[in-house]
Amino acid sequence: MTVALPRPVAGRLTLRRPRPGLTAATAVLALALTAVAWPSLFAGDPLAADPLHVLEAPSAAHWFGTDQLGRDVFDRVVHGARHSLSIGVAATVIAVGAGILLGLLAGLTHKAADEVLSRGFDALAAFPLVLLALLFIAIAGTGTVSLIVAIGIATLPHYARVVRAQTLVVRRAPYVTHAVAFGASRTRLVLRHVLPNVLGPIPVLAMIGLGEAVLIAAGLSFLGLGPQPPSPEWGAMLSEGRGYLHIAWWASVLPGCAVTATVISLTVIGRHLQNRFEGRHQ
Amino acid sequence: MIEVKNLRVTFRLGERQVEAVRGVSFDVEEGECLALVGESGSGKSVTARSLVGLAGPAARVEADTFVVDGRDVRGFAAREWRRLRGRFAGLILQDALVSLDPLRTVGAEITEVLRTHGIGDRGDRPERVQRLLTDVHVPEPERRARQYPHQLSGGLRQRALIASAIAGGPRLLIADEPTTALDATVQAQILKLLAERRASGETLLLISHDLAVVSRLADRVLVMKDGRIVESGPTRTLLGSAGHAYTKELISAASGRRRMTRTAPGEVVAEAIALRKVYGDRAVVRDVGLTIRAGEIVGLVGESGSGKTTVAQLLFGLTEPTSGRVRFEGRDLSGVPERARRPIRRRLQLIAQDPLSAFDPRWTVRRIVGEALPRGADPQPVLERVGLSADVVDRYPRQLSGGQRQRVAVARAIAPRPSLIICDEPVSALDVSVQAQVLDLIAQIREDDGTAWLFISHDLGVIRDLADRVLVMHDGRVVEQGPVRAVFEHAGHECTRALLNAVPTLEGAA
Amino acid sequence: MIRAIARRAGSGLVVLWAAATAAYLALLAAPGDTVDSIIGDGADRPQIRAQIIAEWNLDRPAVVQYLDYLWRAAQGDLGRSYLLQRPVRDVIGDQLAPTLKLAVAAAVFGVVLALILAVVTRGRWARRASSTAELVLVSTPPFLIGIVLLSVFSFRFGMFPVSGDRGWAALVLPAVTLGLPIAGVLAQVLRDGLDRALDEPFAVTARARGLTERSVLLRHGLRHSLLPAVTLLGWLSGVLIGGSVIIEQVFGRPGLGQVTLQAVSSSDMPVVLAVVVLAAAFFVVINTAADLAYLLIDPRLRRS
Repeated sequence: MTVALPRPVAGRLTLRRPRPGLTAATAVLALALTAVAWPSLFAGDPLAADPLHVLEAPSAAHWFGTDQLGRDVFDRVVHGARHSLSIGVAATVIAVGAGILLGLLAGLTHKAADEVLSRGFDALAAFPLVLLALLFIAIAGTGTVSLIVAIGIATLPHYARVVRAQTLVVRRAPYVTHAVAFGASRTRLVLRHVLPNVLGPIPVLAMIGLGEAVLIAAGLSFLGLGPQPPSPEWGAMLSEGRGYLHIAWWASVLPGCAVTATVISLTVIGRHLQNRFEGRHQ
Repeated sequence: MIEVKNLRVTFRLGERQVEAVRGVSFDVEEGECLALVGESGSGKSVTARSLVGLAGPAARVEADTFVVDGRDVRGFAAREWRRLRGRFAGLILQDALVSLDPLRTVGAEITEVLRTHGIGDRGDRPERVQRLLTDVHVPEPERRARQYPHQLSGGLRQRALIASAIAGGPRLLIADEPTTALDATVQAQILKLLAERRASGETLLLISHDLAVVSRLADRVLVMKDGRIVESGPTRTLLGSAGHAYTKELISAASGRRRMTRTAPGEVVAEAIALRKVYGDRAVVRDVGLTIRAGEIVGLVGESGSGKTTVAQLLFGLTEPTSGRVRFEGRDLSGVPERARRPIRRRLQLIAQDPLSAFDPRWTVRRIVGEALPRGADPQPVLERVGLSADVVDRYPRQLSGGQRQRVAVARAIAPRPSLIICDEPVSALDVSVQAQVLDLIAQIREDDGTAWLFISHDLGVIRDLADRVLVMHDGRVVEQGPVRAVFEHAGHECTRALLNAVPTLEGAA
Repeated sequence: MIRAIARRAGSGLVVLWAAATAAYLALLAAPGDTVDSIIGDGADRPQIRAQIIAEWNLDRPAVVQYLDYLWRAAQGDLGRSYLLQRPVRDVIGDQLAPTLKLAVAAAVFGVVLALILAVVTRGRWARRASSTAELVLVSTPPFLIGIVLLSVFSFRFGMFPVSGDRGWAALVLPAVTLGLPIAGVLAQVLRDGLDRALDEPFAVTARARGLTERSVLLRHGLRHSLLPAVTLLGWLSGVLIGGSVIIEQVFGRPGLGQVTLQAVSSSDMPVVLAVVVLAAAFFVVINTAADLAYLLIDPRLRRS
């Protein structure tokens, strides 16, 4: 009575507008995925050094210029997609998997177990991501695998908390009460009502989370804690090129832009899906 | 005072235009009380808000004549509107808990009006605020002014909101559903206060979905539907001889109509014996006993907080009583593990106030109703029984209207052929005309199936029209019970009388 | 009220204890001999090994080791870095000031910028432009922002020093770099909160009193939009700590971040443990502040 505008209608209508941002994001993501799958399709050898053409500005021959060893920056950025994205994906898979398990455990078990687990999630979530990853790397040593596990652990509480909160909401939802009215057993309740409604939003969250994982991975690689040179990883490339910033900005800025473009695309598409998802369920 | 001819309000939503008000004409005379009645979506709120230029940023307001306080307001700039607001017209919205800023004290909210319009000076404003609170009968005005909305009861809050609306000394008060969120007794008090304001010279524009509320105060009524005025006239004339079918529908829904029954009560279906439920150190339910027989509709009424919903949960076996027993079809329902209750679950069903949250959002109507039927059974016949057409089966709950949703809830409840259905405020979220249809449906099902119903409501009007027996709860106890007619005509307990007096009735309806 | 504060202080202590314990367990769980872990890349001589065993009570039962570790930590004794040949407290104490300076400057810049962005960009196009800028800021790695700022303002125009921590000029670029992503996130949250608050019935009531749109925004909307923003304070502390590691590396600033990074890459465990405990303490302080801010903003939470 007090709301002048029917909100859901407004939401649905805005989606039908042409969305240049969304289109661009989809295109960038498609490009990035192609680069992961077949890097050689449109890029040469990322390790081929050419001492005669060092730190050359972007040109027709070298779209993104060359780095301090004369390697083609474009080739390295394309091949770097595989490193950077696969670290992000692997870390996100770990985080989502463990997050769902722990979240369900907290949401469905006794109050005491929930209390302990939730405090754990809170503490883990509150702790600076980078520092957590650093601590893990300090103990487990540097390298791609510990980088992946570190980011996985650091981003896990996000999913665990969402799953737990959602589980608690769904468990108490009136529609679950109604299922009780048909004599449904506990297992049946969990399988038919709780799980599907809890897991629904996870893929979209994971998509947005993947962007964050890629961002942290680049940051840690930049600090020299990820794949070691000469591997073409975006963060590591940026770190290497940093010393030549005053004469060759392209060697460090362009790999950085690759990170930004990828993360923005993931976020834009993720948010779009999230809006649609919420529009559908409210 | 106000003259409007052919008012049209259009909302732009993305690329679509939604016409909320389609050519409405009316006048408001100085000193009268005009009521704008219609159901949600009829355009009545938008019309009222347009009068103070608050239809919203997405709205386009057009009119052939639009004169407020002697001035043509078409093409008014924001500044000119602001001078009207608060000073010429005060606005009172539905629920003061959200219509007053929850982060600020009541006093600060009222002072804001004074400061905005430069009334009084800094030093004497606290005193003015207290005088305003006293005018609307808020006790201990000094203390209340320092409190936040959430610290006040619903009635006091609404009074404080009215105080802020009259602070600028407006000649016109626009009250948009001013009593809808309130309990019946408080509702009556607020209406009395509004009548008082009018007696002291303010013009009143009352917006409501409830014809009965409006008939107490209004001199004239405009009935709106789908953005148009379908009928208008002096209250008495309109109620006595409504011309338009829609008005008739509203009147019949509001004046109440006894839904007769021919079935005699059968054997005992459910029984509650000395039920008691304690949360912490607060007894929510104290020694409640009740019996429900087959084919009987038992009404359970009480103000919010009287414990009636807890009784429903106890009867349904959702919570265990602290002491006492619930028996259902001759078996113990309380004090046994859920496993033991499962076989009889289908014989006992529930209909909630908000059907939307009572459905799994991922499920279609087919699956929702299917869950209540034997495996593989066709949901079509039971949907037909509740008056739903075939095209709803593949829709999701959120794609249905409020009335359709509640019909689906009824279909799901009757599908397993239960012997008792408990409903908790099943129609209070619905528009009056839809309410009447759902009540008809419930009466019909009782007639056909001989199902027993426990019908919980704060609305005595609904109980009066539908139930055979009624129990009145107050503070966790049953304070009065008996056949509806007896309780309604010779109410013994003061609480029942208060509830009865508060039931808005149409005066002068044919 | 006092009770609520006491309870929060108590839970803060629990978090600190948990962080110290987790760090300790992490040390024990590290592969290889604990003495090796503590030495890290430092000189490995018999008398140093003996010194470590004595300091960490490694020859005593595990419970004694742990309790003694807690006792020392509670007194502020964070052990000794065998790599740097100095007490950890001194190592950290030296570097705390520049990092704090950076964190405070970045936080202030970020919060102010976010408030300006959220309050000023109310029009349709301004809002769209600002939202896009925020998305870019949030999605860009902070080191890229730093490098772009460096190449433009230091190398090209020579306005600010390239590295180091001398004078206020050297603080500008690092603080902006660290503050921009904060502004991006905060501005989004504030704007959402404002939009929601200005849609509420109380905003309609306020307009109906004749208030200007600006007054409605500043007197009613802003305070409501602060509530979700305060929730982000914990996150903010994380960004400040984690971000400073990277920012200090980009700008060659001395500070805790550099210390941490060196400790991690040379496995100087006593320093790493101390940084973890310190970060936990910082987190506790910020979150207690956030809880108090809630009580200050929202009277509905003051009911005990």
